[in-house]
Amino acid sequence: MSVKQEQAHEIELEAAGVDAPLYASLQKIYPAAVSGRFRKIKWIILVCTLGVYYFLPFIRWDRGPNAPSQAVLIDMDHHRFYFFFIEIWPQEVYYLTGLLILAAVTLFLMNAIAGRVWCGYLCPQTVWTDLFFAVERLIEGDRRERMLKAGQTWTLETFAQSVLKHWAWLMIAWWTGGAWVLYFSDAPTLVYQLATFQGPFVAYTWIAILTFTTYFLAGFMREQVCTYMCPWPRIQAALTDEWALNVTYRYDRGEPRGSLKKNDALRETGAPAGDCIDCHQCVYVCPTGVDIRQGLQIDCIQCGLCIDACDTVMDKLGRPTGLIGYDTDINVKRREIGKTALKPRLIRARTLLYAAVIAIVGGIMIGALATRHDSGLAVIHDRNPLFVRLSDGGIRNAYTLRLSNKLPEDRAFEIRVDGFAPDDVASASGKRADTGWPLFTVGPDQTLEERLFITLSRKALGRGHDHDEDKRDISFRLIDLRSGAQVKVEDHFIQPEGEKR
Amino acid sequence: MSVTSHEHEVDAATGTATTGHEWDGIRELNTPLPKWWLYIFYATIVWSLGYWVVYPAIPLASSFTKGVINYSSRAEVTAEVAQLTSARAPMVAQLAKASFDEIQKDTKLLTFARAQGKAAFGDNCAPCHGAGGGGSKAFPNLADDDWLWGTGTLDDIQTTLTHGIRSTDPQTRQGNMPAFGDGVLKPAEISAVADYVRSLTVLDVDKTADLKLGQKIYVENCAACHGEDARGNHDLGSPNLSDQIWLYGSDKATIVEGITKGRGGMMPNWGERLDAGTIKALAVYVRTIGGAR
Repeated sequence: MSVKQEQAHEIELEAAGVDAPLYASLQKIYPAAVSGRFRKIKWIILVCTLGVYYFLPFIRWDRGPNAPSQAVLIDMDHHRFYFFFIEIWPQEVYYLTGLLILAAVTLFLMNAIAGRVWCGYLCPQTVWTDLFFAVERLIEGDRRERMLKAGQTWTLETFAQSVLKHWAWLMIAWWTGGAWVLYFSDAPTLVYQLATFQGPFVAYTWIAILTFTTYFLAGFMREQVCTYMCPWPRIQAALTDEWALNVTYRYDRGEPRGSLKKNDALRETGAPAGDCIDCHQCVYVCPTGVDIRQGLQIDCIQCGLCIDACDTVMDKLGRPTGLIGYDTDINVKRREIGKTALKPRLIRARTLLYAAVIAIVGGIMIGALATRHDSGLAVIHDRNPLFVRLSDGGIRNAYTLRLSNKLPEDRAFEIRVDGFAPDDVASASGKRADTGWPLFTVGPDQTLEERLFITLSRKALGRGHDHDEDKRDISFRLIDLRSGAQVKVEDHFIQPEGEKR
Repeated sequence: MSVTSHEHEVDAATGTATTGHEWDGIRELNTPLPKWWLYIFYATIVWSLGYWVVYPAIPLASSFTKGVINYSSRAEVTAEVAQLTSARAPMVAQLAKASFDEIQKDTKLLTFARAQGKAAFGDNCAPCHGAGGGGSKAFPNLADDDWLWGTGTLDDIQTTLTHGIRSTDPQTRQGNMPAFGDGVLKPAEISAVADYVRSLTVLDVDKTADLKLGQKIYVENCAACHGEDARGNHDLGSPNLSDQIWLYGSDKATIVEGITKGRGGMMPNWGERLDAGTIKALAVYVRTIGGAR
């Protein structure tokens, strides 16, 4: 019984003076096997997405001796994220923000073009549930057999089948959890460790958690996740418009529905008769158990399987396919009043806007990635004391520097401060490059914190400054001694007010 | 206003039953929640009862129920501190043994010493010397290039830290600025020598000041400790009077006060309270504040 049917039942109860139940019982759904165009697309997407998910951690990527050689790796211990040629440091997490914006707007764009195409084809919940359905069908048989078995007491055969099914589900779920942890450590090493029971406790914990969630959500909760737990259907409904393509039943062609015999008889008499023979194939194949002929509804994930089911039936009857198909709300309304359907319009203000946002955010991200430095400098002026008076009356400012070397090799840098002589600038370590400027050596893929002192002699105080400012802007330049690449950072030098000549 | 009618109607537009509740003409459709959702709600209640059993929960007259796993956040902190201490132990031991030369050469040990020193400085030194070592009146600035005691080598800083200044330690650094106002010098003489000292660092001096007299008094009374050239003495802790750094202040009244009543700030002998490793770490850290040069 679908939710609609259950509500109708409630209304009947109400009419009879019985109080309707406050909570709805779970209706088990037994989707039937189907084949066709959209089923094929779903298989291809399932194989591709799961293939990427399960095998991506094993792809190697050579980054030299001081960096991991795994193409995609989230290295929690060393605070690094590796993605092929890209390496992200924790302070660059805005790339993640950009990625999330891109993901959200891409989802909106997909929705503007074809409704819940994410839900029906790409969502992990859909993909894994689909896989679990396939396993279930393979072991326990198709819809009719499974429904029959559900009503019977256990036999040795059904029990064995059930054990086999749950074992297969658990294996898939376990592999899902197992693949997850491989993204956080060197995959071949971790596989070996896990297999020999030497893996870290946290890895086993996460495998257990994801095994449970996969098994439970794809094996038992299924369409309940989409209907009751997921926020996207609610948001999606608010973001869609009448031009978006949705899986739609053609009322004008299908109604009035009736059995093949009855409608054929009606047709002969010249009475109106629809193409829908009310065979319920569209309902039987539906993974969420909805009747698409009731129109767009929140439970429908728009996977297109009902299209395949209906097309198969129409082919057998020798009628044109497409009684159920992708169509827009505008056409639904136009057909209702006998007008011809319009072609789907992909280029509209909404899609252009989303595409523009994707292009802008994507462009900014690519630009930022392409122009980002392989070294970094952060300068923090001492806050206490702001300046220090020296014996000769000069003023010294102290800074804490953090140098980052984003390359997997040792690098030497010098720091120049514009407007000062090399002797005015000194690091706490006292090392100097051949040019006389302070020298810093930073290890591979590491940062170095060091103190830097800038001294202004009494004579130089206020040099070149006629105004009464106690703060002057200065710029630091971090220079890679081998490549000459520079990073410039602005800061300031503070001296007591009125200390100028 | 909420009206509850007993007549549950069916909404015409959607064909859905209503709950019979009505707010200002708006009726609520009855979309029943799935039962599993209700069961999860019950499960969370049961789960919360578990907390009462497992964790400390119910206050009693003078105590509280301890819970079956005997959890205590205090014990957790203690355990974490102990874990941290044991994790640091090898480095701490290495630091305690290492000479300053070895520390300076070993990047890892140096980084560790600086970090330890920074924390110890905040805990022990910052109340007087300031969070950044900038000092204040009577408390020396550790970030400048001048030292009262020693020349700012790591060993000198270590000695000062360990034994203190005018502390109770038998090896304490000892030196005194006597009170010349106690019958040694007359106020006019004190005023003259104060003017003379100010003139050494090109500070504004009263035109009527008797710098000749001041110089004579300086040579007779002050030069023994502060030196003929007024550059002070690092062994006695007598400040350099010819530079721009003033511990108490450079105005005449402050200088006169110092000569009249004497000066003698105190620094505790930290060797009594801190272990040798921490003192080494502090010395290393203090040098990075700026006092190295």
